[in-house]
Amino acid sequence: MPVNTSAIGKTFAPGTYAVGREKVKEYAAAVGETNPVHLDPAAARAAGYDDVIAPPMFAVVFISQTMAPTLFDPEVGMNFALMVHGGQSFTWERPIVAGEEITTHVSVKDIYEKDGKGFYVYETISKDEKDETVVTGEWTFLVRGV
Amino acid sequence: MSFEAGQTINELKVTPDRFLPIRYAGASGDFNPIHTDQEFAKQVGLPSTILHGLYSMAQVARAISENAGGPEKVKSLSVQFRGMGFPEKEITVTGTVREVTDGVATIDTVAEQDGNQIIRNAVATAESA
Repeated sequence: MPVNTSAIGKTFAPGTYAVGREKVKEYAAAVGETNPVHLDPAAARAAGYDDVIAPPMFAVVFISQTMAPTLFDPEVGMNFALMVHGGQSFTWERPIVAGEEITTHVSVKDIYEKDGKGFYVYETISKDEKDETVVTGEWTFLVRGV
Repeated sequence: MSFEAGQTINELKVTPDRFLPIRYAGASGDFNPIHTDQEFAKQVGLPSTILHGLYSMAQVARAISENAGGPEKVKSLSVQFRGMGFPEKEITVTGTVREVTDGVATIDTVAEQDGNQIIRNAVATAESA
């Protein structure tokens, strides 16, 4: 059965996430970060930031909240039971500081079939309160046996 | 630090303990039970709970950040998830600088566990200064 590509280009309602100091510290500790700019506000201030800065991969925290429901979109039609996260890329423009609010826009960039698998590629663009892009993400999900 | 083409980066080694996926689930918001529930993981055919792919990717990002001299130097990271990572086994992240152009290093990296690549074709860019 060929994949349904009608959702290519679909965009979803953006979502805003308030980056909190303790959440950044919790995430940084979970992934084993030891750099004090992620853990200690005084160290972050000494480095020139207003508060702790998020590790680059903290992007998954503020993006997922907005993106997760879009993976179940019926028009995209991913078979979740057979889905795996196949690839991921991020481009970072600058560190994100605790206290900022980040708004993420989610869209379906591509859907295609290759080697009997369905590939579903989402793009996320996360912007700061000045509407400037801070992180761009490309998320590739594979569905076996489409 | 400044990178040079052909240079190998300092490797990063970390052994996630058996409760790490639970802490990462809480920190990240990804509560898929294949990462936290042994019985569920076995029911769906896995040998045990597995690591979150994005946790393993975060180890690659951490290696790049530490080698580059700070998180603000990390410009991009692109990876493919292959194989499965497991708690209580050491992860080793290695990398080689492919090129340095206009002050930006392109670094090829791999994360492996027991010789199995769990992150492959990982390409990072980082400021070299």
